[in-house]
Order: sequence, then C-alpha cells, then structure tokens
Amino acid sequence: MMRSRLSTPELTIGRKLISINWLLVLLITAVAAVGFAMLYSAADGNMRPWAERQILRYCVALVVMVIVATINIRLWLRYAYVLYFLALGLLFAVEIAGFVGMGAQRWISLGFINIQPSELMKIFLVLALARYFNASAIEDIGRLSSLIVPIGLIVAPSILILRQPDLGTAIMVMMSGAAVMFLAGVRLWKFALIGVSALAAAPVAWQFLHEYQKKRVLTFLNPETDPLGAGYHIIQSKIALGSGGMTGKGFMLGPQSHLHFLPEMQTDFIFTMLAEEMGLVGGLALIVLYTLIITYGFIISVKARNQFGRLVAGGITTTFFLYVFINIAMVTGLIPVVGVPLPLVSYGGTVMLTLMIGFGLLIGVGVHRDVPVGRRGEAEGR
Amino acid sequence: MNRDPDRQKIFTRRAAMLAGGKALLLTILAGRLYYLQVVEADRYATLADENRINIRLLPPPRGRIIDRFGVPLAENQQNYRLQLVPEDVKGSDIDEVLSHVQKIVTLGDNDKRRIIREVRRNRAFVPVTLKENLSWTEVARIEINAPDLPGLMIDVGRSRSYPFGPQAAHVLGYVAAVSEKDNDDDPLLKLPGFRVGRAGIERVHDLELRGTGGSSEVEVNAFGRMIRELSRREGQPGAEVMLTLDMGLQEFIARRLGEESASVVVLDVRTGGVLAMVSNPSYDSNDFNRGLSTAEWQALVNNERSPLINKSIAGVYPPGSIFKMVVLLAALEKGVITPEQKVHCSGEYELGDAKFHCWKKHGHGFVDATEAITESCDVYFYEIAKRTGIERIAAMARKFGLDSVTGIDLPGEQGGLVPTRGWKRATRDEPWHQGETVIAGIGQGFVLTTPLQMALMTARIANGGRAIVPHLTRAIGGQAEEIKDAGENPSMNISPTHLEIINRAMDRVVNHPTGTARRAATGIHEFPMAGKTGTVQVRRITKIEREQGVRKNEDLPWRFRDHALFVGYAPVENPRYAVSVVVEHGGGGSTTAAPIARDVLVEAYRRQSLGPGVPVAGVRAPHQPGSGDAAEKPADRPAQIVTQDGDRDT
Repeated sequence: MMRSRLSTPELTIGRKLISINWLLVLLITAVAAVGFAMLYSAADGNMRPWAERQILRYCVALVVMVIVATINIRLWLRYAYVLYFLALGLLFAVEIAGFVGMGAQRWISLGFINIQPSELMKIFLVLALARYFNASAIEDIGRLSSLIVPIGLIVAPSILILRQPDLGTAIMVMMSGAAVMFLAGVRLWKFALIGVSALAAAPVAWQFLHEYQKKRVLTFLNPETDPLGAGYHIIQSKIALGSGGMTGKGFMLGPQSHLHFLPEMQTDFIFTMLAEEMGLVGGLALIVLYTLIITYGFIISVKARNQFGRLVAGGITTTFFLYVFINIAMVTGLIPVVGVPLPLVSYGGTVMLTLMIGFGLLIGVGVHRDVPVGRRGEAEGR
Repeated sequence: MNRDPDRQKIFTRRAAMLAGGKALLLTILAGRLYYLQVVEADRYATLADENRINIRLLPPPRGRIIDRFGVPLAENQQNYRLQLVPEDVKGSDIDEVLSHVQKIVTLGDNDKRRIIREVRRNRAFVPVTLKENLSWTEVARIEINAPDLPGLMIDVGRSRSYPFGPQAAHVLGYVAAVSEKDNDDDPLLKLPGFRVGRAGIERVHDLELRGTGGSSEVEVNAFGRMIRELSRREGQPGAEVMLTLDMGLQEFIARRLGEESASVVVLDVRTGGVLAMVSNPSYDSNDFNRGLSTAEWQALVNNERSPLINKSIAGVYPPGSIFKMVVLLAALEKGVITPEQKVHCSGEYELGDAKFHCWKKHGHGFVDATEAITESCDVYFYEIAKRTGIERIAAMARKFGLDSVTGIDLPGEQGGLVPTRGWKRATRDEPWHQGETVIAGIGQGFVLTTPLQMALMTARIANGGRAIVPHLTRAIGGQAEEIKDAGENPSMNISPTHLEIINRAMDRVVNHPTGTARRAATGIHEFPMAGKTGTVQVRRITKIEREQGVRKNEDLPWRFRDHALFVGYAPVENPRYAVSVVVEHGGGGSTTAAPIARDVLVEAYRRQSLGPGVPVAGVRAPHQPGSGDAAEKPADRPAQIVTQDGDRDT
C-alpha cells in the first residue's frame, strides 16, 4: 500500500495530458465529424443552421472534456453526492418551472446555454452510485438493506424525469443505474426481484404516462394502423433506411431526407439519413466506430485499480452504449420512438456537453487508474 | 479490510458479461440494418419512390376540325386564367388582395366564397384560380398593376373555340366537362377541367380528336410541392378531322336563312359528301364549353324553334309532294302506268265514300307522268298510289334511303317512317286502309322523313340511281377516309329510262312555264337547277272553317302555318349538287323554299368556279312568303283516315 502511494505521487498536468488516451479522443472526434457531415447534408449543403454551431459546441466540449479528464478522480468522488443533489435540485426547479410555465419543460436557461438537468443526471447518478458502492464492502452489498440507498438514488430522479415527461431519458437513467449496481456485484436474483416488482408496477406506471406516450407505445406495436399519424415517423424512417440499400443514395442525395419525408432528421432520426445516404456500409461503419469507443471504455474500466474508477468507467460506457442502442433500435423500428438522440452525431448542445463530460470522466479514470481512492476520496483506500 | 482484489474480480467478470450483452445487442442492430437495407431493400425502394414520385398527366391538345378547304371550324384557343398563389401574398391578407383584384376584374360573391374556401383547403403553394377566360384588356390591366398585386399570376391554358359560333354548331357539336357516364378507361377523363365531345363531330370522333395523354414524373416533397421533373413522356396530340363541309357555303346558308326555323342540306351527289348542313336557329358551341347558366339553358330548351335539335337529321317532316318521285318510280317500275298514260284530274278523287282533294280546286284535266310532277297534281298520284300499293311504294322509298337512318357520321339521327301494312299492324294493331295508301301517294299521312333523307333521295335520283351514303368526315389526321365515287357505289337497280323521266320532270318543275318552281330558276345557262316543291299542311282545316271562308296561311299563328319544302339538284346535266330545304311554317314550297335552294346552289356553283377561300356572297334579305299563294284546301275526309290533306304548290 505504502509502495503504491509512493510510486504514484500527484501527477503533473503535463503528465496527465500525455497519459490521456488520445486514440479514444480521435475516435470520438471521428464520430463527431460524421455528425458534422450529416448536419451539413441535412441543411442541403449548408453550414447553417446546424453544422456550424455543432462544430463550435464540440470544440468547447472538447476543452471541457480535457479539463474534466485532468481533474483528480478523488475530487470527483468527494463531490459526487453534491453534484448529484445539485442535478436533482435542478430537476425539481424544472418541475416547478413546468408548473409555472405551460406544458412540458425540460431545460433551464443559464443565459448562454440551456441546460437539461436530466442529461446531467445521467452522469452524476453514475458518480453518486460509484461513490456509494466504492464505500461498500462485498459483504455490505450482499445485504438487501444496502440496496435501499442506491435504489432511492435511481428512483428519485427517474420519477422527476418521467413527469417532465421524458420516457427515453428516464429509461436511460434507470438502466445506467442498474448497470452500475450490476457491475458493483449486486446479485442477479435481486435484479430479477426488482424486475418482477417493476413489471407489477407497470400498470400503475401506465397511468402516469401521458397520452402521447401511450400512443407512441401503442403505435410501435403496430405502426401501419396509423400511417399518417403517430406511426408516420417509424414507417418513413424504415422506408428511408430500406431504400438506401447497400451503398446508399450518396452524400447529400437522400431523397426521403431532403424531401422532408423524414421527421427531425437533424436530431433523433439522423441515423436514418446517414443510412439512406451512405447505405448499409455507412451505417455499419458508424456502429463499428461506436463499438470501438465502447471497447475502449471497457478496457479502461477493467484496468482501473480503484473501485470508484471502475464503476464510473463502466457506468459511463454503458450510458453511452444505451444512447447508441436505443437511438438506432428506435429508428430501425425495433423499439418505440422514445426520443433519444444519437450520441455525438445528433444536433443538440446539452447532450454534447453531457457526453463530453462523461468521456472526460472516462478518460480521467484511465489517467488516474493507479490513484488509490478511499471511501470518502482520501488518498488511502480503506 | 481492503477486499479490492475480490471486488476487482467481481467487477471484471460482471463487466465482461455486460460487454457480451452489449456486443449481442450491437450485433442485433447490425442484423436489423442488413435486413432493412439488403433483404427488404427492393420493397422499401418502391415505397420510397411512391413517396416521392407523383405521376402527372399531360393533357394532349384536342385535334382541330377543319372544313374541306382547311378553314378551322374548331380549334384550341389560349385561355388566360388569373391565379393566386396564397404563399406569395406577403404582408397583406387574401381579402385585401381580392378587393384589389375586384377593381380590375369582376368577381361575384360566389366566386369570392369559392376562392377563400379553396385557399383554406389547399396548401399555400397551390394556385387558386380566381377567374377564367380573361379578356385582353383584363390581362393588360393585371399586368400593369402587377407590382401592387403580390401572389397573382396569369396562367395560360387551352380551351376549345369555334370561330364560326352558331353557324356550324349542329354539325360540330360541342365539348363539355366529363360526367359520371363517361367511364372508359382513359385516365385523361380524371383530369380536372378535361373536356369530351358531347354532340356532333366532336362526339363522333371524340377518341381521335382527344389523342392520348402524356405523363410527367415529378419528384415531390412530403407536402406535395414539386421539386423537379424526373421524366416526361409526351402524349399523342389529337388528330385533325377534315370535314366535307364547305364553311363558306355553310355560312352563306346560315345568313340566307336569317330568322327562319329551317334546315338546308347540300350533298355532293357523286360521293355523298355533305357540303353544308344548316339547322336554324342554332346555338353557340362556345357557350357550352364555357358552361351555360340555368337561364340560358332554359331559354334554349323552351324556344319553340328548338335550336338544340339538328333539324337536318333529327327533325322529321312529312315529305309532301317531294315523295311523288318515289311514288311515280314505284308505279313505273311495277308497270301500273306508262309515262304516256294520262289520268284525269277533276280537282277531287273519290275512294269509297271518302273524297280527296287536289290542291288545284278545279283540277288539272288530263295529265301524264311528266305533267303530274311538273304541276304537282295530287289526283294523279292518288290514282297511281292506289294502283301500286303501299308495299311497293315503301320498298321504293327504302331504296332511296327513307325509313331508316342514312348512316351519316353524326349522333342522334332519326330514321323517319314509311308505313306498311305490317308496320301498322305491329304498332297500332289496326288493318291498313286503302285511303292511307292514297294519302301516302302525296307524301302525307304516316310518311315522315328528315331533311337529310330528302337530300339523299334527291342525290340518288340525280346520280342515276347510285346508293351513295352521306358523310361528313373527309380525313382524320391527314388520312383520307375511303370515299367512293358515284360509279363505285352500288346501283339501286332502277330503270334508267324511268329515272330519266323523273329527271326531265324535275327539270320542268323549275324550267318550264307550268312548273311550280318556275320563279326559282337559276338564270345561269350552264347551271340550271331541277327540283320539286312541297308544301305540308301542319294543321287540319276544319269543314266549318272551309265554309266560313278560307283563312290565309299568313293569318294563322306561326306554329300552325304550313311547312315549305324544296329539293333540287344542279346542274341538270351531270348533276353535282343536291339540296333539300325545309322551312318550318314557312308557307309555300315554291315561294319560300325554292328560292332558298336556288340561291344555295348558285352560291355553290360560284364557289366551285372560283375555288377555295371564296368570300361569301352578299345575302339577300330572307324571302317572305308572298300573298296570294294560299289556296283553298280540301279537308273533308273519312274519320278513320287521320292525316293531313293534300299539299298545295303554286
């Protein structure tokens, strides 16, 4: 223990920058660049209104990512709960603002940027859970009572997000939380128990769903019943995808996207546009890029020598995976349309920032993989 | 206390499991993509094209109709439409624009309501038609004010136009909007604003005139806005139909007839080509294309001179004395009388207890066949009709094209009627009376013919008994119709000697001092006319009226006056033109109809010698029936002979 502490003195900024996994940064940039190209195409070959702003945001977010990556991981552990409750407070604020204002409100304006607390919550929940399980011994995890706190940490924001209403984000928050619990070693039968009780609660939850959410679930089950209504998006998306074929219609030449048959092509349905214009080859290439990023995440998490880092890396990688899977499965008609963007590619500021903070933490885990982390973030792991 | 190696082991195992799950799910995504983009690619490609490709029909221009010299009778005119594109009306609202427009062109309240409704219903880029058929002044005024009228544009369409308006309307017919009944498979019929032929040549040759539609594949976006044209297949324009009509002659006749309710048909006796076919009064085909108001329609329908009916083919009249040629030929062919044999006319003819009168009260004395035709002696024909019998007369009539449609290329032709014993038994379940044969001998009673049939009969007499068929179509799309010359038409197997007698008699009708139409001679030495007059009584003159003194024809209300008939041909030697003139309630055949026939034939001759494109000659004022040609009419007749009595020629 002493030896490890001596052998890993506080790293200098320079050393930290060198030890950043630049290959991963390159991969992330590559995916983001695909996004820029698609946004350029979506605007019929114009940098405005989307591509230009997205590039700017990416540059800012890249700086944020590097800063996050260089901050000592112990600091993140120390402030994990603070950040979590800050995000939870913001969710409350949005809820109240939603009452004051009209209809659904998901973001808070900070003047220069609009922040969606639910997006930040995806990251800070992982941090909070990682801190909790970092402090728990294996024996503690075995106790059923020890699950009360983490479940509470997951359920509280989920309910608030569901009320916004944002089904997609709520599902992602719950699944990310569950993934961290799973990685921390919570027994599988306990998941089964939670799953069964969730299933039992489903009819109750159904009552909480808004009319349009119910409709989305129902039209997912049979989209052709309402071809011009709610099922329109799914059908048009499948048509655009399918007509792309093996090699696609060519960059900026996707008829379905450019003739506005495709809804929201710059955000949730951007993958459809990519697959229409670049075909199966382009779609698979992007999936391979995502897989490589996820693989790097896995390697970083496994290599980390502290439980906090492992859980943070594993949780964030899983969150990222969920973005990818839910979005693509959604636009290919495998799951209902729940409003999850394609990470790094879809147009959107908060998501970009959230993702890059997440990647900053992931890389930070890699940078600080040998840093011993105690229960409360002290240098000595206890 | 530090169990980190244990936790690490658990974590690594769990992370690997999770990674495995992720890998599986990502593989599923890849598989799904493969399924959609490769396995189902064709299906979705089709769906995508259905999404974005609209097929638009391009209506072909309707074929023109021209006369024998190429003068256009029906053509396609530019139709200037004022249209409004709602999305281009920037800043100001639709009402404001409409009130601006109203200062330039008149818009009714109905139009305004329709416009506002259409603006609301359609997408903003779909043009809404404000007004059709703009005049030049309106177009000019809109163009000048264009800067103040955002969103307005003038669109040019095609609409059918008939330069001669009513003058050939019955021949040409008209076009009108497609109705439910037009259910042939032509997709063109589904085009809004498409017109199909509804009457006349427009209807008979509708398919040829219509052509075939082209199509244009256009790419549209999700809102239906056209992005670009992908491909275009030009259609086949409608074929041009050339008629046998000589519009100059037709125009002359229409003007010559003036206000008379009448029909004139001019045939080429060698081919059967219709040179002119005028039915008066007429309607304007252009009005039908434009769409008639209820009031206009009612006015046409209720007009007692029936402008909607083509009298030349659908009006049926007793032929009167004109039928005498048929009766005489039947008698000569049967041999019941020779040309030289004379019949005595005392002014009346008795059959049983019935008495039939000749138009000449005191009789013609002894008349032979030629004299009987020349002077139109009724008694002679009562006698020979009785000798010949109705069946022989009817058979001869049918040879000349009576009693059935002639087969002219026009819709709505009537066949007329020549009675027989069998016909009367079948339709009335009554026996035939000899008195009915006698009355048929002077073309009255049940006998009914159309003016076209009368002209055809005359032409077949003039051309030496060749069964020509009347027709209007000369060529379609430059392809000449098969038209037989007189000699190629089947012979009707009538003795040339007998036909010669008829021809000579008809010559004398006009060119002999005793002829009933002596005052209608052409006065052109090389172009004399032959013919036959006919006057048909419309109403029975009662015995009381006769006893109280005769009322002159002109004193009667119009609809009770006699019909004036004349058929003729010219020149006498090697005839070329046959004409029939029927003037409804026009008075006497000799006074009213014969001069018209003369003028028509002279004009035809003038145009023939001058060639095509001859300006129409000045028209004399329509002839008014003179006084003093109203003769006393015998009318007493057994009740069972329900018919009009003898005609009178003066």
